[in-house]
Amino acid sequence: MGKVMLEVNDLKTKYVTRFKEDVYAVDGVSLKIEEGKSLGVAGESGCGKSTLALSLIGYYFAPLHYMSGEIIIDGQNISGMKPDEVRKKVLGTEVAYIPQAAMNALNPTQKIIRFIEDVIQVHDKSLSKKDIYDMAVERFRILGLPPEVLQKHAVELSGGMKQRTVIAISTILSPKVLIADEPSSALDVTSQKMVIKMMRELMEKGFIKSMIFITHELPLLYNVTDDIMVMYAGQIVEHGTAKEMVFDPVHPYSKGLMGSIIVPEEGTRDVQLEAIPGTPPNLKHPPDGCRFAPRCKYAKPECKVYDVPEKEFEGHRMYRCIYDVDYLKEAYGRNG
Amino acid sequence: MAEMARELGKSVLKGENITKVFGYGKTRTEAVKKVNFDFHEGEVISIVGESGSGKTTIARMILGLITITEGTLLFNGQPRDISSGKKRKEYWKNIQAVFQDPFSSFNMFNKIDDLLLDCINMTGGKHKSDKEKFDMMTEACSFVNLKYAELTNKYPFELSGGQMQRLMIARIFLLKPKILIADEPTSMVDACSRATILDMLMKLRDEIGMTIIFITHDIGLAYYVSDSVYIMEHGAFVEAGPAEDVIIHPKADYTKRLISDVPKIYGEWDLSTVG
Ligand SMILES: Nc1ncnc2c1ncn2[C@@H]1O[C@H](COP(=O)(O)OP(=O)(O)OP(=O)(O)O)[C@@H](O)[C@H]1O
Ligand SMILES: Nc1ncnc2c1ncn2[C@@H]1O[C@H](COP(=O)(O)OP(=O)(O)OP(=O)(O)O)[C@@H](O)[C@H]1O
Ligand SMILES: [Mg+2]
Ligand SMILES: [Mg+2]
Repeated sequence: MGKVMLEVNDLKTKYVTRFKEDVYAVDGVSLKIEEGKSLGVAGESGCGKSTLALSLIGYYFAPLHYMSGEIIIDGQNISGMKPDEVRKKVLGTEVAYIPQAAMNALNPTQKIIRFIEDVIQVHDKSLSKKDIYDMAVERFRILGLPPEVLQKHAVELSGGMKQRTVIAISTILSPKVLIADEPSSALDVTSQKMVIKMMRELMEKGFIKSMIFITHELPLLYNVTDDIMVMYAGQIVEHGTAKEMVFDPVHPYSKGLMGSIIVPEEGTRDVQLEAIPGTPPNLKHPPDGCRFAPRCKYAKPECKVYDVPEKEFEGHRMYRCIYDVDYLKEAYGRNG
Repeated sequence: MAEMARELGKSVLKGENITKVFGYGKTRTEAVKKVNFDFHEGEVISIVGESGSGKTTIARMILGLITITEGTLLFNGQPRDISSGKKRKEYWKNIQAVFQDPFSSFNMFNKIDDLLLDCINMTGGKHKSDKEKFDMMTEACSFVNLKYAELTNKYPFELSGGQMQRLMIARIFLLKPKILIADEPTSMVDACSRATILDMLMKLRDEIGMTIIFITHDIGLAYYVSDSVYIMEHGAFVEAGPAEDVIIHPKADYTKRLISDVPKIYGEWDLSTVG
């Protein structure tokens, strides 16, 4: 087993709305990522993927609140830290974070090199601008980005170039974990491919040591990450290798998600798409028992009463459903 | 969806050398360059291309929202005539559109009831009784899995994006146009909602036999829903034909590249093709 870069144990966080209502957006998440590995997070809109990302980097600014659980990055437990301390000691060096729609958040009047100076100087005031510039040129060159970009403003860059630049800036300090939230979803297919290629290079060159990749696009995850975890209503409902999750999902929700995959590959248009009826629950009042039960075609009355614990199977896989694996697979076999 | 190649009905929209030029002099942009197309009754078409290739410009010309710089557009075999307000209104009874951002196409200050009532009135239902209108609106909402009772007295901004997108489809259900243009209807929703929306649109196509023109950069979607696919690059069609031919056996280099850049799950996704 490789060295564990990120370990999360039973993490619970919530939003507190203006009306003092609690929204349990991350509710008991556990995961582990080893050095050199990547983990994908999938799930419908509103399932808590972005909230999980914010929670993992310790970004506990109102309305987001930490409740309980541990976040351990390369042996260092950051769960008790104050957000300001996290910003100084963790962000950039331990973990880098690419928020959803990050590229549109770059201040358009600032040169790219200034962003890099900002990131570095939070951690190391001793480096001169010249040192930083040399470091940035070297990193951009290795990643196949033209160093001229450093002297440009964000508005002068195309969407794909902007996004690759954002990723290069965020990882300049070679963090242990990169957390990327829909980093390529707004891009056309060719730019998306370039972004993915660059992320793979970051990993191969050791500029990042592990990665969490969030997207609802399953064919993309399948090609990018070693493992995939499916999130529903703030909880992990299944976790396995990318291949197992796409071709042999066990949880009825994962099974449903895989039924919505469309790819331009021969024969796939003859298979009827299966949309999951209904929408994810409001996390202010999550349903009792299994949260997916109200939308699950296999649900029985008990499902709506008892909480389902995470169950391990096949050594490394995990799912959260009242039924046995064999029963579910047989049911899917029957339904085709 | 496309178990068999469906027989094509008669031509409903035919474009001959359609061209659109914006601006002049230094700012002159030829957004659409001499494109030809032939869309048939009940046919599902996708126009696929990257950002800025001219897809929306074609849609806006077909809808009559902007003028056609050059070329002829035939509607039901006759040159389309929207030269007077009356003719324009008549044309719009036949053709409707749904857009990427459903919020942009609704009047924020109209309640949802009024929005649906308008559809009934626009299609000659003005004289109907309140009860009949109520039944029609209820039916339209249930077609898209919305509950009419939960929407009454609400304004568009009180709905989620997914609910709004479905409300757009409920509108189409009431309007029953001959042609529907769907411009990136699923680009802002997750894969699950995409499946739901496509499912509803295809059901509607089967029910009222309308022609649907999808405008998209989602090549998987184009392959899944379409009878015919048109690939657009820099204002021109580089390849067109049955979905199976264009997507699985592309001929143009541009189409080949586009398709090779989409993540696959059965075949290999080759990262070495990009710099
Ligand atoms: N600032 C906030 N205050 C209160 N609730 C919030 C806030 N931000 C998000 N939520 C709620 O938390 C839940 C999870 O939202 P989150 O943004 O994490 O979902 P997501 O899986 O990232 O969705 P998407 O795919 O749309 O990005 C949702 O129910 C959402 O309404
Ligand atoms: N009103 C306008 N005035 C000037 N140029 C325009 C106008 N509308 C569009 N264009 C230009 O025409 C070209 C085609 O634009 P269009 O919106 O049709 O592309 P698209 O294929 O729909 O792109 P996207 O996928 O981003 O929606 C672009 O170069 C655009 O800048
Ligand atoms: Mg999100
Ligand atoms: Mg467009």
